[in-house]
Amino acid sequence: MEIYILLGFVLILSIYLGLELISKVPSTLHTPLMSGANAISGIALVGALVLGSDTQLQQVLAFLAVMFASINVFGGYLVTNRMLKMFKKK
Amino acid sequence: MSFFENISSIQNIIYIFSSILFISGIKMLGKEDTAVRGNFLSALAMFIAVSVTFINVINPILVFVGIGIGAIIGSLIALKVKMTSIPEMVALFNGFGGLATFFIAWSEFNSIPSNNFQYLLVMITTYIGGVTFSGSVIAYGKLSETLKVEKSSIITKLFTTLFYISIIYLLYSIFITKIFSPGFDFYTILLIFTLLGGVGFVIPIGGGDMPVVISLLNSFSGIAAAFAGLLLLNNVLIVAGSLVGASGLILTIIMAKAMNRSIGNILFVGYASSASASKSEETGEVKPINVSDAYLILENASSVLVIPGYGMAVAQAQHVVRELGELLEANGTEVRYGIHPVAGRMPGHMNVLLAEANVPYDVLVEPEDVNPSMDTVDVAVVIGANDVVNPSATEEPGSPIYGMPIIEVHNARTIFVLKRSMSSGFAGVQNPLFFKENTRMLFGDAKESIGGLVTEFKE
Repeated sequence: MEIYILLGFVLILSIYLGLELISKVPSTLHTPLMSGANAISGIALVGALVLGSDTQLQQVLAFLAVMFASINVFGGYLVTNRMLKMFKKK
Repeated sequence: MSFFENISSIQNIIYIFSSILFISGIKMLGKEDTAVRGNFLSALAMFIAVSVTFINVINPILVFVGIGIGAIIGSLIALKVKMTSIPEMVALFNGFGGLATFFIAWSEFNSIPSNNFQYLLVMITTYIGGVTFSGSVIAYGKLSETLKVEKSSIITKLFTTLFYISIIYLLYSIFITKIFSPGFDFYTILLIFTLLGGVGFVIPIGGGDMPVVISLLNSFSGIAAAFAGLLLLNNVLIVAGSLVGASGLILTIIMAKAMNRSIGNILFVGYASSASASKSEETGEVKPINVSDAYLILENASSVLVIPGYGMAVAQAQHVVRELGELLEANGTEVRYGIHPVAGRMPGHMNVLLAEANVPYDVLVEPEDVNPSMDTVDVAVVIGANDVVNPSATEEPGSPIYGMPIIEVHNARTIFVLKRSMSSGFAGVQNPLFFKENTRMLFGDAKESIGGLVTEFKE
């Protein structure tokens, strides 16, 4: 139980930190921020990598989780980069 | 200390390092000058976190094939997608992130959760991940206009009911099944209810409220990852997931504020039922104008403000708009673009389209910057925007959109409204702007109308 309290602590602090960091984003960056954040949520890939694979079902689930998280990671970062490159100053 | 404990500590230290990179990355993503580097830092953080996790991989072939296929599909979508399709693409990617956590939770359920808290986490992660996935698929359908469902239709009502049932069933799964283990496969039923629930969550929400829904689903995909991190006792998942959850939440709040509505009202009520039909009968006549007269007025203007809306995206008019802007500037006119936060179908939608057309971002202004000096604007050109320039929001206390911050173009000297027809905007509210003394309606396709103006300027 101790570990969950500790990790819960990390969770709360990270959310709070995120709210503080992002609270003043100019509207120009709303879309890139969202798609960049979306790429970060592909961090689920790290979780997918360590899944057990004792049964056939688990192997299929692990494979699918890895694949979809990878789409999210690669697609998310590339499209964000593509978008940000378009933003130019006068 | 054994060898394996050492490895695991090093791994955790590297996770902390990766978390720091994620935090700096997302911070830098919030400023124009550093955004590209911020995105790169966060990609680096991802690379480091994933690489160091390879130590634990049980089945490397499976993993490499999975990453390979995912990388190819993801890269192809990202490089091929048109900028006008960005909203639905982001919705789809949100969904994939959610789906990955849905599978993680499902797999963990089969590893037999060891304690009650883990059991609860499995149920919650399954639910958030699944709702994010199926909700995003519906959002994708709505944004790409492949899915059209009336809000009042029986299908909408059915799925909305299923959404509420799915929440009740989730609570049942969390609290009751551990005490009285049911004689049936309750978890498979939870999986199904979760997916149906996500459909029911998004299906009643209309097009104009999409910026809020996308932001919220974005937030959910992060929260799902953070819960998966709790489940797998992995700190980098928790940190990165929480950051995404927070950023999505902030965008949700910004969008809701820009509509002067609560998040609850947007998600569960919608305009149709909150609005008790606007009383104001619009009298007076609209004054149409043709392209050559509009040209004469624009030619003599010294300050022009362009207000784009979803209509500009639909007409794909961003490139001709930029061309017109350049011609006006060459003519000595000051050109600015007034961007309302909820114009379009996702946060920042108009900014991306204009950036694609090479409009520099420093001529884009937000409502609060431009409203005080609106009376110095000679011509305000409204392109396919409606509710965000509706003066009822400031003048008519009974109106359903009263109180919503708008771009107050009605205070400009002359207003051109480019529109296909006289239909009302998403909120279903008639727009008195069209009947104002100084408003001229330029009917027709926005791209053609502006193209006409460009031709006039060149001649």
